[in-house]
Amino acid sequence: MTTLPDFATLGVGDELPALDLPPLTRHTLALYCGASGDHNPIHVDIDFAKSAGLPDVIAHGMLSAAWVARVLTDWVPQQAIRSLDVRFAAMTTVGERIRCTGRVTEKLDRAVKVQLTTANSEGAVKLSADAVIAWP
Amino acid sequence: MIDRRHIGTAMPPFTVEVERGRLRFFAKATGQTDPVYTDDEAARAAGHPALPVPPTFLFCLEMDAPNPGAVRERLGLDLRRILHGEQGYTFHRMAYAGERLTFRQRIEDIYDKKGGALEFIVRKTDVTNELGEAVAELRAITVYRNPAS
Repeated sequence: MTTLPDFATLGVGDELPALDLPPLTRHTLALYCGASGDHNPIHVDIDFAKSAGLPDVIAHGMLSAAWVARVLTDWVPQQAIRSLDVRFAAMTTVGERIRCTGRVTEKLDRAVKVQLTTANSEGAVKLSADAVIAWP
Repeated sequence: MIDRRHIGTAMPPFTVEVERGRLRFFAKATGQTDPVYTDDEAARAAGHPALPVPPTFLFCLEMDAPNPGAVRERLGLDLRRILHGEQGYTFHRMAYAGERLTFRQRIEDIYDKKGGALEFIVRKTDVTNELGEAVAELRAITVYRNPAS
């Protein structure tokens, strides 16, 4: 169970605990296809992916979004999350090892803005996001 | 080009049930290790009445619409040329397993860049619970790749 960190001790630039994912497998994409209800075949069917001009299947962007949401809920209770805005920058592919990071970018009145990214082991950014976390 | 007359269109609302098993499946698929999202006891110990809906799962529930392709079909879009550009959420209150949530989607804007090579569809969705309380607003930007002409 996550508890809110002490607001007074937080500062701009503070890093949230990072989340390191194992190399992405087709199995994970199949599980996410079923669990998410996003049945677009481009994520699980290599024949379909090729017909769309891609060399292989690509990960669901929303799988990466779920990972950055995990960075937030590992840091604060979910009730404290006021907003989350995700921008998909590049495709995530099978075998990539993704690291999700976040840091405090602004301190507001009993709230902070947080910037999050997912990137592969070469540092190529796949997704960037902004979130607002509020304290009661 | 996508017909701009679709801007402002409100889609028929739909209601979906938050199934406990789907939440546990979603936790598995996303590598979730926090028991608050998979174990009823842990959820209760954290002050939740049931398993909570994790932040991004609201988008999954939106795709549980009777016809998840309704907006795409209305706009006449080819699935192969669609990319998910952005997804945003404003959260008003938590939602839990067993609740029935109602989704009201509207096509907020359609615009293009790069001389029409890329078109952008902005969809906003209000989510309310059975008491009519606001749960969240979802913002989706779909990118549509037009073939070079």
